[in-house]
Amino acid sequence: MPDITREEVAHLADLARIDLSDAELDHLAPQLAVILDSVASISDVAADDIPPTSHPLPLTNVFRDDVERPGLTAEQALAGAPEVEQQRFAVPRILGEE
Amino acid sequence: MSDLTRRSAAELADALAAGEVTSVELTQAHLDRIAEVDGEVHAFLQVDAEGALDQARAADERRAAGKAASPLDGVPVAVKDVLTTKGLPTTCGSRILEGWLPPYDATVVTRLREAGLPILGKTNMDEFAMGSSTEHSAYGPTHNPWDLDRIPGGSGGGSAAAVAAFEAPLAIGTDTGGSIRQPGAVTGTVGVKPTYGGVSRYGLVALANSLDQAGPVTRTVLDSALLHEAVGGHDPMDSTSIDQPVPPLVAAARQGAAGDMQGVRVGVVKELTGEGYQSGVQARFDESVQLLVDAGAEVVEVSCPSFVHALAAYYLILPSEASSNLAKFDAMRYGLRVYPEGLDSPNAEEVMRATRDAGFGDEVKRRIILGTYALSSGYYDAYYGQAQKVRTLISRDFAAAFESADVLVSPTAPTTAFKLGEKLDDPVAMYLNDIATIPANLAGVPGLSLPSGLAHEDGLPTGFQVLAPTMADDRLYRVGAALETALLDRWGGPLLDKAPALAAATKEVVR
Repeated sequence: MPDITREEVAHLADLARIDLSDAELDHLAPQLAVILDSVASISDVAADDIPPTSHPLPLTNVFRDDVERPGLTAEQALAGAPEVEQQRFAVPRILGEE
Repeated sequence: MSDLTRRSAAELADALAAGEVTSVELTQAHLDRIAEVDGEVHAFLQVDAEGALDQARAADERRAAGKAASPLDGVPVAVKDVLTTKGLPTTCGSRILEGWLPPYDATVVTRLREAGLPILGKTNMDEFAMGSSTEHSAYGPTHNPWDLDRIPGGSGGGSAAAVAAFEAPLAIGTDTGGSIRQPGAVTGTVGVKPTYGGVSRYGLVALANSLDQAGPVTRTVLDSALLHEAVGGHDPMDSTSIDQPVPPLVAAARQGAAGDMQGVRVGVVKELTGEGYQSGVQARFDESVQLLVDAGAEVVEVSCPSFVHALAAYYLILPSEASSNLAKFDAMRYGLRVYPEGLDSPNAEEVMRATRDAGFGDEVKRRIILGTYALSSGYYDAYYGQAQKVRTLISRDFAAAFESADVLVSPTAPTTAFKLGEKLDDPVAMYLNDIATIPANLAGVPGLSLPSGLAHEDGLPTGFQVLAPTMADDRLYRVGAALETALLDRWGGPLLDKAPALAAATKEVVR
């Protein structure tokens, strides 16, 4: 079972969109290695012919009646927004500088 | 007045129905109790005195007009801060949602309002329900009313402590891997995780969708049945909600309280007892099993060999689902927004990174990163895929065990409440608290915890867990109530009578 390195943790944090400081990486990386070690035994428990369970309650195609149902008003939807402009969510620029 | 807070919800409902007390009086009594002891216990993140009293006045008007909305109309309740409450802050114990006012009510909350229960406030929890001690709350831990230096369990430590400290007769919790049952065990209270899909998840801020389930947190088995019936049942707003009637839970609790266990087969799960369980926890468990035998139950030992892999499967499935769920906290539409230092014109992604670093605590970061790892290409099959297969094996173990037993039993948690801080930086030791409760979440079966006594070595409460097949939640209440009756008889009164008197202690210190 592969060990998890500090560099890998930094990469995963990047994928998960979390800035981690050096101090946080020092703190979290060894803990993650221990957690991974404790769950590693799972890799050879179940045989190939065991089907996976994604959900305890297998329901498919759950539909509701096709009738109108009121949603949130624009005002309600925007009520918790950090910044609002012209009845829209105002966000920082979305493109990089390059 | 103060004795109102010591009564069970069922007794309070009777007193309201008989006109002996008003909802305003008993809501105020609980608000007074909160003011008196919550400085020490810290069960609440938010107290809504005005809102609760408004709802209490409306309940009194309905009762006066002979139009009670439900058996619990006017009995106050506390709600875990992971369920949305319109106009009342909902933080999930996280900085990233500090002060967030949801624009809608969770279905559980809607049903509480419709049934007439005044909502006292929102209870503390581990951040996004990740933890077994409430120490991962961004707003500081809750303290166990039995010993303020100890953990109240988690993630729903606030709900359990509120009920144990007589700050609320009823509370709502949520249970993803034991977050209702384990706090119940360590605080000497009752908690039930219903069958997955038995209580709506609409408005429950998701930790792990395929595991999360809301349920009652109370001091008696009957009270849990009353609250469970009030909030349970099909909800078209939750596509995983079971479209079948809730079995008669209150009737089952009353039947069980009569004490006859003839014909009930109780299975002791071999893998969930013995080694790893504190001796006082095991001793109280063994005594409780004997009490069920004395009441006429037949006891069999069952083996669930795959349960030993449940913890590993859970700590892959949960972080995977959580990392995906928490991706919605992007600093754009609601919640915290933090601009990174040293950048003149940061872009959205940079703002998102800075916000998630500032807004999430250590445990949330650990689990998001672990989930990102388990779902990444190259590791998916070895981790997440295998965990899903183990989930199948665990469901099969349950199915086989329920062929020879009507209910399964075990200690709820392996130890009594540990000291605050003791396991904070040892995640794996923390995770082991849920070893007996996790299998039920993975398989979707219902589980109940009730107090089984005090461990001889430390004088702290121990819990007894009952598990039943899917949609047979009524069995939990029948067996739970039967054991509760036998234990009360033995103790000569509720276990919580043995807990230290919080307010009295405070007053002495103040003097």
